[in-house]
Amino acid sequence: MRMTGAEIIIKALRDQGVEIIFGYPGGAVLPIYDALFKQNDIRHILVRQEGGAVHAAEGYARSTGKVGCVLVTSGPGATNAVTGLTDALLDSIPIVCLTGQVPTHLIGNDAFQECDTTGITRPCTKHNWLVKTPDQLARVMHEAFHIAGSGRPGPVVIDIPKDVQLAEGDYVPPSMVEHPLYQPKTVGDEKAVQRAVELIADAERPLFYTGGGVINSGRRACETLQKLVKATGYPITSTLMGLGAYPSTDGQYLGMVGMHGSYESNLSMYNCDVMINIGARFDDRVTGKLSEFSPKSKKIHVDIDASSINKTVVVDVPIIGDAGTVLDQILKEWQAKGHRPDKEALSKWWSQINQWRARKSFSYKKSDKIIKPQYALERLRDLTRGHDTYFTTEVGQHQMWAAQFLELNEPHRWMTSGGLGTMGYGLPAAIGVQLAHPKSLVIDVAGEASILMNIQEMSTAVQHQLPVKVFIINNQWMGMVRQWQELIHGGRYSQSYTAALPDFVKLAEAFGGIGMRAETPAELDGVIKEMMKTDKPTIVDVCVDQKENCYPMIPGGRAHYEMILGDDQDISTATPDEGLVLV
Amino acid sequence: MNAPSPATQRHVFSVLVNDEPGVLARVIGLFSGRGYNIESLAVAIVDAERSLSRITVVSIGTPQILEQIEAQLNRIVPVRKVVDLTRQGATVEREMALVKVNGSGASRMEALKVAEAAHAKAKDASPEAFIFEITGTAGEIDNFINLMKPLGLIETVRSGVLGLARGNKTV
Ligand SMILES: Cc1ncc(C[n+]2csc(CCOP(=O)(O)OP(=O)(O)O)c2C)c(N)n1
Ligand SMILES: [Mg+2]
Repeated sequence: MRMTGAEIIIKALRDQGVEIIFGYPGGAVLPIYDALFKQNDIRHILVRQEGGAVHAAEGYARSTGKVGCVLVTSGPGATNAVTGLTDALLDSIPIVCLTGQVPTHLIGNDAFQECDTTGITRPCTKHNWLVKTPDQLARVMHEAFHIAGSGRPGPVVIDIPKDVQLAEGDYVPPSMVEHPLYQPKTVGDEKAVQRAVELIADAERPLFYTGGGVINSGRRACETLQKLVKATGYPITSTLMGLGAYPSTDGQYLGMVGMHGSYESNLSMYNCDVMINIGARFDDRVTGKLSEFSPKSKKIHVDIDASSINKTVVVDVPIIGDAGTVLDQILKEWQAKGHRPDKEALSKWWSQINQWRARKSFSYKKSDKIIKPQYALERLRDLTRGHDTYFTTEVGQHQMWAAQFLELNEPHRWMTSGGLGTMGYGLPAAIGVQLAHPKSLVIDVAGEASILMNIQEMSTAVQHQLPVKVFIINNQWMGMVRQWQELIHGGRYSQSYTAALPDFVKLAEAFGGIGMRAETPAELDGVIKEMMKTDKPTIVDVCVDQKENCYPMIPGGRAHYEMILGDDQDISTATPDEGLVLV
Repeated sequence: MNAPSPATQRHVFSVLVNDEPGVLARVIGLFSGRGYNIESLAVAIVDAERSLSRITVVSIGTPQILEQIEAQLNRIVPVRKVVDLTRQGATVEREMALVKVNGSGASRMEALKVAEAAHAKAKDASPEAFIFEITGTAGEIDNFINLMKPLGLIETVRSGVLGLARGNKTV
């Protein structure tokens, strides 16, 4: 079938089941925008900056398990997308990003709005293509979806010169495109599974440590995980990216692990004798000081990406495969062998864990005069309980408090920038989530500094009538920066005060949304309830204690057992010299 | 280049890739982006019909890093196969160099003698200079160049190491 490159693109998107694409037009993509104009199957969401388009696609993808789609122009359109692409790469989010390019005969001439898009995005994508003839376009499009969505998901870029969009070529449907070069292994090696199950069965102080890989694997993987955790009776902790794969309200769940994770999960990591890592990557935020990371444990590591194995932590039983498939294999083997947990050892382990738990490491000093940020999140948690809610976050203290205090009992309901830590992620991501779940309550837990990084997307939310809620934990500081300055720079607050803040209520109104403010604990519940009822994009300015720091915390270069717990302790000496260079 | 510390090893990797635009940039970018060492690099098309290129790359690292290099190379989509030749077993390793040496004056005869002893062939001879072609292991080439230095070494170019597994094993 002959059609123009632009038509091929639209047809391929449709055949890939794409319903929504996030984008921003420009000279080098006008033919694609024209083809979009002439059809009704694919809805285009006009953002206000291309970075917002990628984060919105990430929110869409993460909350649905589908591939997110982006369309941007050449040059500045492509470079604006780079942060989002890098974010998606680090958090393994499937994105197909189409970029316009100057016509093929001008490539390399420093033409208007030319940039070396494939060169710039090579290190921040799973793969990318420059398509030089329309005949290649359909095949590349289908391959792009295959690569973005399978194996360890990630972003891909297709760079399409304008002449290729206008010229005619042949279309081929997805069914006629094979992918000989990319066929990730999903089934775990049976022998490795058997060895893993033996270790699991013989454990005396076991710990499940699960990450975003379980969520990427899908709902079924999460269900199998729950069955396995229940069958064993073992404790489980999660990374920031894995929250929701296992219900956070369940008794076997120890809370998040890592730098701002719970005391009990970090001490369990340090003291366990068998660690069962499923879909997590021993990130530095989790391991703390590497030489003292979980020194007494035998480690099982399930990951679909072979390069995650032994990258930072050398493990005893690596299993390369899809988290859900391997969990099925492990559960089956556990049942087939009729394994029972070692009751006596396990109850000893649990009583140890419960002692750590009793330390209540997320506790804070309550106040009835000033809104404590933790209190704001507790109220948000309690008042949204039972509602169909999705949370996104920005980056900073508020993000960590959200991870500590919110209840996440299902996968796909927690969208946060974990690997890259991108301020400005949360609002566009919430827009993507709201589009995928129009009836649900979608809340971006924000900081007043982060939200200003992509505040223009309020306009997108208003245009597309997306009633996202931005819940600003407004401490008037880049709180996380200030906290680190207290930790390692003698409290010299260099540039971390967010001066000249806008009036967020008026700002919301100026965009055509709704603005609200809570200044005292007494006002908070009413404002949250009001927020939950609005049918428009809403900003809630929660004025919180400006001095609060986020605890517990493992300072850079410290081991899990060296957590600091807040409690009025002098934190300025908590970081060892070798920790000063760490971020 | 840094001298290898005791814990590091030198490995030769064979990387079969689809011959397509940017593939070499992906491979090299991986090494620079992740801070891996490139000791030597050689690349050429080996099967035009199947558009197959073969890259031989020599790196130095700890066993953990060398394992990572193999795994990371395997993530690159147009990479069809990666073999750590050194880990796999005995290999034949060869490199070629062209070495330009001063050919005038007293050292002229001496240069020819050294070349003959090293089985290097004179590919160009003018009254002023020779170009010798030498093929051997990287160490043999180092030796040859060192011997030529006092005789008036002018310029050197090296192909980078090529390697194949011994016996009938293939990549
Ligand atoms: C794009 C970007 N720039 C800089 C940083 C570094 N950074 C991390 S947290 C933070 C402060 C965030 O302040 P705010 O949004 O007010 O959150 P708070 O910590 O106060 O809750 C900064 C600047 C970042 N993560 N992302
Ligand atoms: Mg703040």
